[in-house]
Amino acid sequence: MGKIRPITELSPIQLDALREIGNIGAGNSATAFAQFLGRKIDMTVPKVNIVELSEVPELYGGADVPVVGITLRVLGEAPGHMLFLLEQKSAFKLLEVLGMRVSSDSFSDMEVSALKEIVNILSGSYLSAFNQMTGFVLIQSVPAFAVDMAGAILGVFMVEFGQMGDHGLLVETQFHVDQEEIRGNLFFIPGQGSLDSIIKALGLGACYDDNSG
Amino acid sequence: MTIIRVKMADLNVIESPGVLITSGLGSCIGVTLYDGKKRIGGMAHVMLPDSTTMRSQTNLAKYADTALELLLEKLSKLGVERRRLKAKMAGGAQMFNFDSDNDLMRIGARNTEAVKKKLEECGIPLIAEDTGGSHGRTMEFYTENGLVIIKSVKMGDSEL
Repeated sequence: MGKIRPITELSPIQLDALREIGNIGAGNSATAFAQFLGRKIDMTVPKVNIVELSEVPELYGGADVPVVGITLRVLGEAPGHMLFLLEQKSAFKLLEVLGMRVSSDSFSDMEVSALKEIVNILSGSYLSAFNQMTGFVLIQSVPAFAVDMAGAILGVFMVEFGQMGDHGLLVETQFHVDQEEIRGNLFFIPGQGSLDSIIKALGLGACYDDNSG
Repeated sequence: MTIIRVKMADLNVIESPGVLITSGLGSCIGVTLYDGKKRIGGMAHVMLPDSTTMRSQTNLAKYADTALELLLEKLSKLGVERRRLKAKMAGGAQMFNFDSDNDLMRIGARNTEAVKKKLEECGIPLIAEDTGGSHGRTMEFYTENGLVIIKSVKMGDSEL
């Protein structure tokens, strides 16, 4: 792993590079998602969000709003996490599209398993594009699932950033399933030490060093 | 009635009948200190266990050890005596279950231990806690009577 520097020192070119990874990664995810569901998928242009840690629990509709979060650990040259966040009603809709009956307000084991599998596919295709771009061999862990307050879920991913500074970095893309009220946000959350590796792999290491002052 | 929202890695103090609220505690810890005689209380939303091993020291409210020191300092400025303080805490959950001992994922338990250790060092009794598990919590602290309400999506509401 490379040097660790505050996120706030990233240059505009480096932020663009992260956005480009988001673009290609999420583009690949959207294609896989569309094939899996047999629906058209719209996606937004990925954003690189640099957020103050204190603001994180308030993001995505408020700290108390219950959401579904499915996460995988990313292992390899640029460790971090993938996180898929969606509102409960979107998750129920998604299961309906898959032909699974939703009988209650909670998720059955089978439904949890189906949602995990979707995120497995989204994340796998994201990372495979990422690997092609960088020459990395990133792999992912099995997914973990939670239904809880958005703040409590997002907070988990800020712990590592908190050890180094007061900002977190999230590469975010929103997916929308055509003609259905299904929206979900896919995040790539690089670990602190991964930023330098990613930027070097994209040939932008020099730009990074320019910033060191 | 004044309501102050304490953000992540943040702390604050208030006098009766003020209310302190912190939302979305996952692996983080919400800790309250209360002087029942003066009816003054403080709350911190702690994110990490220990400041001494960390490179970033810009926000002291982030770590269990320094957050409690800072909170005690703020309370003493309001005329609160340490010996009258009683503590309550909530949070320290493990939101996702991975099959590993990854430090990041065990942070809830480490935060819980660190807050308890610091309270003991400061000689402040911990009179109630709702920690651990795998669910998020919101903590509301009423300085009028010291009551703490814990709200959660999975477990409903409870009193501390």
